[in-house]
Amino acid sequence: MTTANTAAADVDVPEIGATSDAGSRPLDDDFRTVGNVRVGDPRMTCSDVNVYYGDKHAIKHVDLDIAENEVIAMIGPSGCGKSTFLRCLNRMNDTIEICRVTGEIKLDDQDIYDKRLDVVPLRAQVGMVFQKPNPFPKSIYDNIAYGPRIHGLATGRADLDEVVERSLTKAGLWEEVKDRLDQPGTGLSGGQQQRLCIARTIAVEPEVILMDEPCSALDPIATAKVEELIDELRENYTIAIVTHSMQQAARVSQRTAYFHLGHLVEVGETTQIFTNPSHKLTEDYITGRFG
Amino acid sequence: MQTSVLILVLLGVMALAFHFGRRRSLLTVGGRSKVRDLHSLPAYYGFYTALWAGLPALLVAGLWLFFEGSVITAMVVEALPAETKALPPAQLGLVVNDITNLANGNIVAGEIDDTLRRAADHMNELRGIGKLALAVVVLSVALGAGSLAWRAVGPKMRARNRVEWIVSMLLIVSSMIAIFTTVGIVLSVLFESFRFFQKIPLADFLFGLEWSPQVALRADQVGASGAFGAVPLFAGTLLISFIALLVAVPIGLMSAIYLADYASPRLRSYAKPVLEVLAGVPTVVYGFFAALTLAPAIRVAGESLGLSVSSESALAAGLVMGVMIIPFVSSLSDDVINAVPQSLRDAAYALGATRSETIRQVILPAALPGIMGGILLAASRAIGETMIVVMAAGLSANLTANPLDSVTTVTVQIVTLLVGDQEFDSAKTLAAFALGLLLFVVTLGLNIVALHIVRKYREQYE
Repeated sequence: MTTANTAAADVDVPEIGATSDAGSRPLDDDFRTVGNVRVGDPRMTCSDVNVYYGDKHAIKHVDLDIAENEVIAMIGPSGCGKSTFLRCLNRMNDTIEICRVTGEIKLDDQDIYDKRLDVVPLRAQVGMVFQKPNPFPKSIYDNIAYGPRIHGLATGRADLDEVVERSLTKAGLWEEVKDRLDQPGTGLSGGQQQRLCIARTIAVEPEVILMDEPCSALDPIATAKVEELIDELRENYTIAIVTHSMQQAARVSQRTAYFHLGHLVEVGETTQIFTNPSHKLTEDYITGRFG
Repeated sequence: MQTSVLILVLLGVMALAFHFGRRRSLLTVGGRSKVRDLHSLPAYYGFYTALWAGLPALLVAGLWLFFEGSVITAMVVEALPAETKALPPAQLGLVVNDITNLANGNIVAGEIDDTLRRAADHMNELRGIGKLALAVVVLSVALGAGSLAWRAVGPKMRARNRVEWIVSMLLIVSSMIAIFTTVGIVLSVLFESFRFFQKIPLADFLFGLEWSPQVALRADQVGASGAFGAVPLFAGTLLISFIALLVAVPIGLMSAIYLADYASPRLRSYAKPVLEVLAGVPTVVYGFFAALTLAPAIRVAGESLGLSVSSESALAAGLVMGVMIIPFVSSLSDDVINAVPQSLRDAAYALGATRSETIRQVILPAALPGIMGGILLAASRAIGETMIVVMAAGLSANLTANPLDSVTTVTVQIVTLLVGDQEFDSAKTLAAFALGLLLFVVTLGLNIVALHIVRKYREQYE
């Protein structure tokens, strides 16, 4: 990914750009990414991603691959930019006006920040589950059917019924709600609502699912169910999850990325990150010295 | 002493009481450094003393001023010669009126004789004494109550709690004023309506199809049938309100959607207040716009199409009224749309919904109850609107659904019934109260429905 370097030269980097040598990546030594950011068969490839909120430089020169059929966990202290980075992956940051993204993010070799690209199919391919369960104030059925309807994925009622059942089954919610599909989704418990949101996301058959702290509003039992679900979903989907819980990252992910103050500090196999971190900052964080 | 001067002096006394109460509280504990020994902050002791100095005195002054007039009159009447006192009450009332006018230096109806002049002098004398006595009484009450409160000031006294109790009482009294005013208005309308329904049967009023509120003064009078059927008025009201809502709801809703979801925050911060200015334009201005510009334009346009349009039409009034209530719909809907949580928008966007799909399928259904509340509030505003209709829709009570005809509304008829010299025992005048009552019931019903919907909506997102 040498093209990323030339792109970086065009980027106005207020804090550290001035001290960099020509040709080398303008990173403070402390924050140079440790570990292998690239994988063999990437689903998504991010090169030199920078995000600015107005004047604030929130994500600094992040390179990262997201591999097929794996769960990658993004951890780090609050405000380190992990959620911001996640929201770049399906351009949810577009809804924030002062937010500006530079660099290159590719989904299956298609640059998703290409001016000509339509975000509608992109978001159908890269779905997202949010921190707080946010079912629509509609019936359970309509919650699931919403995505397939707007994308025209189902032809006729019977087809749609099948999509709804399949999605709810995959999300492990079918048995619990099959008798009350016409009741409002907001009436479910927090954990059920979150699984409903996951079912709603998989109903549009995305390739990648982004999860932004999906369990932080749930109790331990509901959390365990969602984690189990994430593990099952890995067979068919590529999943990127942001979490504050290091135990959760260790339980559900295969690779882990540690963010610090907008920098991607370390990437590696989850077992390696949690047993033998290479970077001092990562070690400090996972041993609970800060964060 | 003038009452206004007295009030000013009383305020001065209160300020002094504040100062002394505050100082005493500090003195009793031995200075600023010991302020923590006081139960409350020193200022509370000041407020406590000041309130005791002010409130009882104000209460006494209020009661005094309320009763002063009748007491003085009674005393003047008592002092009148026996033959004047023996007059029947109605004539005695006229005499008292004359005396009061003479005492005030106004024009007097009858001749001024010696008795009258003496009585007027007596009245002025009593008033002078009254003013002086009021000043003395009020100031002594203020000083007395203030010094009692001042003596009570001490480190153990719970001044803060007492002041807060008085403040909460003040709040209760303030809210009571609004409630009692409403109750008073309703009762007065109710009683007058009751008198009306003694003359005209309720069923005739509610279901009568003809409105012609002329009552015959003589048996042989022509053209004074005295028909009091409210149906044409309510039909006219509903027709105009319907036209107004037809204008205001789509425009208001669409501008709300634009402001809430498409406009940049900067544009929104300017556009919203400007839109709300529309609500601040006096209705009479809308009225002459409707009567002088729009109604003739509609007439010309209608005639070019071969339609007969009266120069005052329901359409003109309705269109302008619609413009007037746009801000009600748009401003309230905008607030409600903004109150739909961002998480719902995110959920729709993350599924690949476009902005318009998100608005139509997620935000509007979620905001619908609140939007309905806004529309109902706008509707009750339209129903109660008078000025535009007087100027643009005419006075003839036609029972028609044709928006090009002239119609009239309930409020307009109330105005015309009560304008000018009226006797307050004829059915014609009393009809205004019956119409007012019916209108009140209708708008109250609408408001209750609107409030109910808004409350239900609130529960959803709390």
